[in-house]
Amino acid sequence: MAKSLMHEFTKGIVKENPVLCLVLGTCPTLAVSTSASNAIGMGVAATLVLVCSNAVISLLRKVIPDKVRIPAFITIIAGFVSIVQMLVKAYAPDIDKSLGIYLPLIVVNCIILGRAEMFASKNSVLPSILDGLGMGVGFTAALLLMGCIRELLGAGTLFGMPITSGFMPPIIIFILPPGGFFVFGMLIALASKLSGQQKKPEEIGCAACPLAASCSKLVGSCEKEAKE
Amino acid sequence: MAQQMVSIFLAAILTENYILNQFLGICPFLGVSKKLNTAFGMSCAVTFVMVLATAVTWPIYTYVLYPNNLAYLQTIVFILIIAALVQFVETVLKKYMPPLYNALGIYLPLITTNCAVLGVTMLVLEKGESDPTFGYLQSLVNTFGAGIGFMVAMVIFAGVRERLELCDIPKSLRGLPITLVSASLVAVSFLGFQGIVDNLVK
Repeated sequence: MAKSLMHEFTKGIVKENPVLCLVLGTCPTLAVSTSASNAIGMGVAATLVLVCSNAVISLLRKVIPDKVRIPAFITIIAGFVSIVQMLVKAYAPDIDKSLGIYLPLIVVNCIILGRAEMFASKNSVLPSILDGLGMGVGFTAALLLMGCIRELLGAGTLFGMPITSGFMPPIIIFILPPGGFFVFGMLIALASKLSGQQKKPEEIGCAACPLAASCSKLVGSCEKEAKE
Repeated sequence: MAQQMVSIFLAAILTENYILNQFLGICPFLGVSKKLNTAFGMSCAVTFVMVLATAVTWPIYTYVLYPNNLAYLQTIVFILIIAALVQFVETVLKKYMPPLYNALGIYLPLITTNCAVLGVTMLVLEKGESDPTFGYLQSLVNTFGAGIGFMVAMVIFAGVRERLELCDIPKSLRGLPITLVSASLVAVSFLGFQGIVDNLVK
């Protein structure tokens, strides 16, 4: 029992890392990883929402009718996002300023809706909380890794402290949007190389995405059209 | 007035491009940009829903939420409005405009949780707070520009990806990584537009 609970927690950190393996939540990953402290702020905020929404959705899983589950999940998640937003505004106004629009956008982060749909709506409370915590820690770790790389190369600092000022001028493009795409692409390549998977991440995390059904219908219909 | 509109519109497409500069709507950008016609259809649907969403959320925030000190409900109200709106548009199109439904219908369910749509409704309100001349009309023009900018980025990128299919790529970079690296190169080209709008419209 304890072992399987431990598994729920650890799987999100390495094996099913939501960012680098499942490739979910790409928008915030690219947008807020310009510095290490931003990355931590975003990661903690998202983890908080993920744990709370997983717990509540798991408690309500027998009450919510199947047909309206997605709107119900979104409402629950939006409620927690509003709470986190107010907390951050009150206690960490600097983080609020630097995260800006991406803080309320946690609501449409597909990691959270994805875990609600894939895990919390099918499992009891304790595993759901651990799953949310593990995924949140995995998300934070990936964000932090990207934030450190981009801040170190792009600004020559780490958590605001100068590191490379003596011997290397900062490569500013790494903190600009193109650097985000580039570092993210390279990290995914590295992750798939290290894990030695046969299966390459050919597509973005479609299997883990809550909208996979309608999306694959879309891609399927296009392929059919192309054949005709 | 007209000059302001043109500069808002061009800035939304070129310098504030939602995908390439602000990282909003990356999921459809990577997921649906494999073929030119799906990229185009998806962008049409996104533009349509974006303009409609701003048209509804702007007056609700300005005349209902803000005067009643309910601004903190913005996130939850907006996402529910967008979700309801998408469902409503889908039903109306299905019943009264079947040709349009056939063209856009399959994209619509994907748009509810698209961060570009929620993002644009919030960003135009933020702009209105710092600049009092930025009213309803300006917000709608900005939203339409953002949708067109989304389309430009999607269509350009779909072209790039169709070429990529023919290339010999190192094994670990195949698939998503090389797609992201080429997105980075497309984003570099959009960096070249910085400052162009101010100089053009002056």
